Amino acid sequence: MSFSIKRFKGGVHPWEGKELTEGKTVRTAPLLDKYYVILQQNIGAPPKTIVANGEEVKKGQVLAVSGGFVSSSIHAPTSGKIKIINWPGPTGFNMSAVELTSDGKDQWISSVELDNNWEALEVVELKKRIADAGVVGMGGAAFPTLVKLSPPSDKYIDSLIINGAECEPFLTADHRLMVEETEKILQGVSLLAKILDTKNIFIGIESNKPDAIAELNKLCGQYHVKIVPLKVKYPQGAEKQLIYAITGREVPCSGLPMDVGCVVQNVATAAAVADAVIYRKPLIERITTITGTSVCEPGNWKLRIGTPLGKALEFAGGINKQPAKMLLGGPMMGQAQSSLDVPITKNASGLLLLSENEIAQYSSHPCIRCGRCVDVCPMALMPGTLSVMIESENFDLAEYTNVIDCMECGSCAYVCPALRPLVQHIKRGKTEVIEAKKKR
Amino acid sequence: MIELVVISVCLLIGIAIILGLTIGITAKVFEVKQDPRVEQVLDALPGANCGGCGLAGCSDFAKAVVSGVTIPEKCPVCSEEGVKAIVEIMGLKQSDNIVKKVAVILCGGDSDNALFEAQYNGINDCKSASLIGGGLKGCRNGCLGLGTCARICPFDAIEITDKALAIVHPDLCVGCGKCVETCPKNLIIMVPETADIHVYCNSKEKALDKKKVCKVSCIGCRKCVKAAEEGQMEMDGFLARINYSNAPSSDLIDKAGCPTKCLRK
Repeated sequence: MSFSIKRFKGGVHPWEGKELTEGKTVRTAPLLDKYYVILQQNIGAPPKTIVANGEEVKKGQVLAVSGGFVSSSIHAPTSGKIKIINWPGPTGFNMSAVELTSDGKDQWISSVELDNNWEALEVVELKKRIADAGVVGMGGAAFPTLVKLSPPSDKYIDSLIINGAECEPFLTADHRLMVEETEKILQGVSLLAKILDTKNIFIGIESNKPDAIAELNKLCGQYHVKIVPLKVKYPQGAEKQLIYAITGREVPCSGLPMDVGCVVQNVATAAAVADAVIYRKPLIERITTITGTSVCEPGNWKLRIGTPLGKALEFAGGINKQPAKMLLGGPMMGQAQSSLDVPITKNASGLLLLSENEIAQYSSHPCIRCGRCVDVCPMALMPGTLSVMIESENFDLAEYTNVIDCMECGSCAYVCPALRPLVQHIKRGKTEVIEAKKKR
Repeated sequence: MIELVVISVCLLIGIAIILGLTIGITAKVFEVKQDPRVEQVLDALPGANCGGCGLAGCSDFAKAVVSGVTIPEKCPVCSEEGVKAIVEIMGLKQSDNIVKKVAVILCGGDSDNALFEAQYNGINDCKSASLIGGGLKGCRNGCLGLGTCARICPFDAIEITDKALAIVHPDLCVGCGKCVETCPKNLIIMVPETADIHVYCNSKEKALDKKKVCKVSCIGCRKCVKAAEEGQMEMDGFLARINYSNAPSSDLIDKAGCPTKCLRK
């Protein structure tokens, strides 16, 4: 094809800011005295705690087991003594958490060992190991991986898409992972493909990561994987946009990727799957980009789940000027945090500090109906019109206009010349519509 | 010339008489029979159209009263005399103990006493703000002070103080209860007008967590529960609550000596 670069409709191209960290090798964080592991890290049923106050645990020991189908288990990030407490979570509320005081030995639980026989394992055993390791989608939503790998029997999955787009500005965690642990990712990918029984495997990468594409291209023949360079555009890494760019299929309104025969997994998830199956290591650490112009040494760090943000910042050399906003995640979809005690969770892809001149201090104006939000909306919604409906509390009309399909990527608010907080309006609308649906 | 004037005047008067008769006859023949009491009841109602009764407005309520679907006491705004008047019109028996209710907002954490953690410049609406990490306040259960309740109140009885706290003026509040559902933090409750002391806190968090974020929170010391008579106050987790069906009198404030001054008028 002459247009070899793949893309989706709409989207924006904000300043990338990736140059701060994209060349920085991943460093492993030193052992801390205390970790705070939030128990509920994803939507669905809260996991059930199986350890008691004051108990001694080993590194990798299960702290809480999955409490339902959509739920994942939680493991100890190091060895030490535990205490069950309430601790500020990334959602802004105090959540049930485990405080783990390290004993300094950092001793693994005995079941963690290299399994040389991994290629011959049955699918059932693979799924069990993934569930036991508490693997969740590490791109952002922390959706339990096993749920995506168990499609209902009437859905036929023919393509596995691995998401290496990393379209959020500033974040380079997946980029570094692809460059440094290429082999592990591909091992994970082959395991995922085995579970889903598909032959079409794609890895979508934005073309601003030529080194990652080159590394993967070296090995892709051996693993029968196709590397797809994608146009640099936000939100290229959104599930539905990625499927459209790679396969040309459009996920139906309020549908799921499995409705068009696709399963999308993040590259970091693939690496976590490889860790879980081959090395039998539970998911207790992840790569997080600590960045921003006010951070002394922006970089990529392998942090254990439960590291408080304040400690993570210390690893990166602290701050050189007063930041105005601290975000967990990227600048487009990340959530602002008000406490340095909030710990790293399984989906924390980045910690971003923005200074005073980098954040918008705006006041909202009436919609001027220019239609720029409609142009950029990757879900083909009408964000401006929706915001007006929601402002006048006309939630029935908003529901009819498919407000639920919004994924809150923030492209509309990014381009709005009237500086309307469109995503916040739509978020409110979605909440009200979901509540009204529950009542019906 | 004069003929022309006479003819046109006669013609117009003629048309007017014919049309008038037609309208008169049509009105008699096709008359919609309405209970005259509806009009009378409507006159006795306050006419605020607040919707506090759960119906579409005062005329809807009047129809419902006349048709016996509801009772006059269901109008939360109506004064005692008003209810009496409606009862007389309807020839009903008045039920006893009509207690006028007023709204009270169970939070005392203004900007002097409570910690505002975040700088918020989003939509000026509590419901939208509370979706973002629970809002801008250190206390996730406290009043956000963005005034969604004040804007919805049809009687301007809720004021947002310059210290970002919503307060109810009991003399203006008619007890329609519209604000109760709008508060995303569920801070507003309807209480009998006679109850004049309240525990201005609605957070069930542990005392230590509450103290970190608010100087005037209920720390669950139980002083007031011990000082009050049996059944007047009760503990709900780490929070003292007044039992409004048996509300204590205002001298409990002195007797209890609330350390955070959370129990007050």
